[in-house]
Amino acid sequence: MTDTSLAPASSTPGSRSRSLLELDPHTKKRNAAEARFRVYGIVAIGIGLFFLVALLYSILSNGLTAFYQTSVTLEVPLVQTEIDAAEKSVVKTSKYRDMIAAVLVQKMEQAGVATSMKSKELLQILSAGAPGTLRDHVLSHPEQIGTTATFDFLASSRVDGYLKGRVTRAALAEDKNLSAAHLDIIDQLVEKGIVEKGFNWNFIFGSDASDSRPEQAGIGVSMIGSLFMMLVVLVLSLPIGVAASIYLEEFAPKNRWTDLIEVNISNLAAVPSIVFGILGLSAFIQFAHLPQSAPLVGGLVLTLMTLPTIIISTRASLKSVPPSIRDAALGIGASKMQSVFHHVLPLAMPGILTGTIIGLAQALGETAPLLLIGMVGFIASEFPDGVFDGFLAPNSAMPAQIYEWAKRADPAFYERAWGGIIILLVFLMIMNIVAIILRRRFERRW
Amino acid sequence: MSSFSGLARATDPIDQNKATAMENVKIAAEKVQVFYGETHAIKDVSIDIRARTVTAFIGPSGCGKSTFLRCLNRMNDTIDICRVEGRIAIDNEDIYDPKVDPVQLRAKVGMVFQKPNPFPKSIYDNIAYGPRIHGLVRRKSELDDIVASSLQKAGLWEEVKDRLDSPGTGLSGGQQQRLCIARAIAVSPEVILMDEPCSALDPIATAKVEELIDELRENYTIVIVTHSMQQAARVSQRTAFFHLGNLVEVGDTQDIFTNPVDKRTQDYITGRFG
Ligand SMILES: Nc1ncnc2c1ncn2[C@@H]1O[C@H](COP(=O)(O)OP(=O)(O)O)[C@@H](O)[C@H]1O
Ligand SMILES: [Mg+2]
Repeated sequence: MTDTSLAPASSTPGSRSRSLLELDPHTKKRNAAEARFRVYGIVAIGIGLFFLVALLYSILSNGLTAFYQTSVTLEVPLVQTEIDAAEKSVVKTSKYRDMIAAVLVQKMEQAGVATSMKSKELLQILSAGAPGTLRDHVLSHPEQIGTTATFDFLASSRVDGYLKGRVTRAALAEDKNLSAAHLDIIDQLVEKGIVEKGFNWNFIFGSDASDSRPEQAGIGVSMIGSLFMMLVVLVLSLPIGVAASIYLEEFAPKNRWTDLIEVNISNLAAVPSIVFGILGLSAFIQFAHLPQSAPLVGGLVLTLMTLPTIIISTRASLKSVPPSIRDAALGIGASKMQSVFHHVLPLAMPGILTGTIIGLAQALGETAPLLLIGMVGFIASEFPDGVFDGFLAPNSAMPAQIYEWAKRADPAFYERAWGGIIILLVFLMIMNIVAIILRRRFERRW
Repeated sequence: MSSFSGLARATDPIDQNKATAMENVKIAAEKVQVFYGETHAIKDVSIDIRARTVTAFIGPSGCGKSTFLRCLNRMNDTIDICRVEGRIAIDNEDIYDPKVDPVQLRAKVGMVFQKPNPFPKSIYDNIAYGPRIHGLVRRKSELDDIVASSLQKAGLWEEVKDRLDSPGTGLSGGQQQRLCIARAIAVSPEVILMDEPCSALDPIATAKVEELIDELRENYTIVIVTHSMQQAARVSQRTAFFHLGNLVEVGDTQDIFTNPVDKRTQDYITGRFG
């Protein structure tokens, strides 16, 4: 075909030849197709970017406020007799509440903020946890009794919400806890500098609080839970995953059995995480009698989930090491194992580390299997005592904590859920940056 | 095997001066068969390879030169589907004896590959790796000596002595190949196998490597696979011609090129196929 079509053209030069300065219709068509494809690509990227920006915007606009918390500054005189009386009473905190109320009333008078409210009603502007805060301080600092101590008591979540613009006066009409009159007081106290918003360290380092005290809730304890889980996952899945991959890739004979194993590992990577959760429940808790809600068990479950990811990425990076390197080592009398450990593994390291960190990041964000083994959010109310407790004492993890907060009715918790997501994303970002740095560090060219 | 004597003769290689070959045989292969799964890649090859001599394997591509070469240091063991039959002896010891550890064998029979494959490490570490894993040295100074002498023997010393710490992969292709030869020499092998060592090099680098091969002949038994007949003529004393898995003819290089006995050798040398 080419022969016949070319023959006349070459025999009569000029007759069929075209100027290079004008496009023939075929070229025009091809160019148009290419231009169209570029537009599709740009549109696709644009859509992706739009969603990314929308996502980031909603996360930040909803969650950033969680990092600020309203507090009321009060100087409380710690009088020995009052404290003794409080410690003797049955409901100890109620006396401490009275102490705080007296100080608040006095402070308002001094500041010239007039009100007709009774002190009990007035105290609604403070967190229900304020008396507890005072008592804990007194018990842990007995030497301060007899002096006056300055406290930044948390404002109640309604007050906090009002200052953050979440709670409106209209909405308060149906609220039993706070009235518009409270807000008038708040406005004046803000002006006097008694009520202030400050950075919310407690949100990052604190523990979860009960349903009625969202202002006290922090993600710190579940962060510790996540940390211990990640330790378990790393310590188990990296060596097991790498050893399995090296064996499969470098040593195992290629036969039906290894094919079967390979297919199953790939399948395992696609199993929904909740399946691993129920497996962990039956195997680790019901059969092996490991404690419920323990980060150790969570770590074991997430290890099962992470292993296939690590094995697949490790095998891929082992495969990408050129065979000539193996030949070179074997050719001068290195054993198989020496060739793998001295030459192949170091070259595959960047890929292995990247895969591991991606696996860990996946595990860090996993929620469903944790709920099945009892690592639900509200458990994260107490810091573990020491490392042993860290692995075995009931705890939650960041995503489960976030889920728990998102479930609760109070919109103040909803804000904290978004805030928790920001923290989780920061962790994931750090992990990804570490992965990139490690990859750069270990990467060698050949 | 076959009752046809004509067929048997066709697979028997013609060795033009077998009598003189008997004295210093380094490698003796007898009736070697190699299979890749069902593919019969080497058919009944018997050959004696002389010590301190350069033997060239020539033949059209796919005829099994590399396959046979890789039998000599059992590199074929690394290919799952590969099966070797027959007997190959080095210094009268069967290298396929179950007692033989291929790792030990490969220290004695070094190999240089088609594509230069230095480790992505420093020049020094490239050379030092072999002596280290074989425990040939006890002190750093001994290792330094081995590195220097190996590089000298490979004719690379003058070019790299000031940058032993720079990566071996940063050298030019020809230098890399000589580095690989130095690396092979460093473990004091007795035999060096080279599989088309110059096919990735330019003519000048090729000339250097060929010169080097000629010098190495003094101390080592060298087997070189080449697809270039000119190269075989330049560097080798003995030449073996392979065709479709058969060893067709083996003899002194001069005789093979000037006076081939077999028709196929003749055709190949005159460029009728290949
Ligand atoms: N790893 C392998 N697996 C299967 N067949 C192979 C392999 N290596 C070589 N062969 C086959 O063996 C024959 C000889 O190959 P080879 O020794 O590489 O030839 P040459 O080096 O002479 O070009 C060819 O038919 C080739 O297809
Ligand atoms: Mg070859």
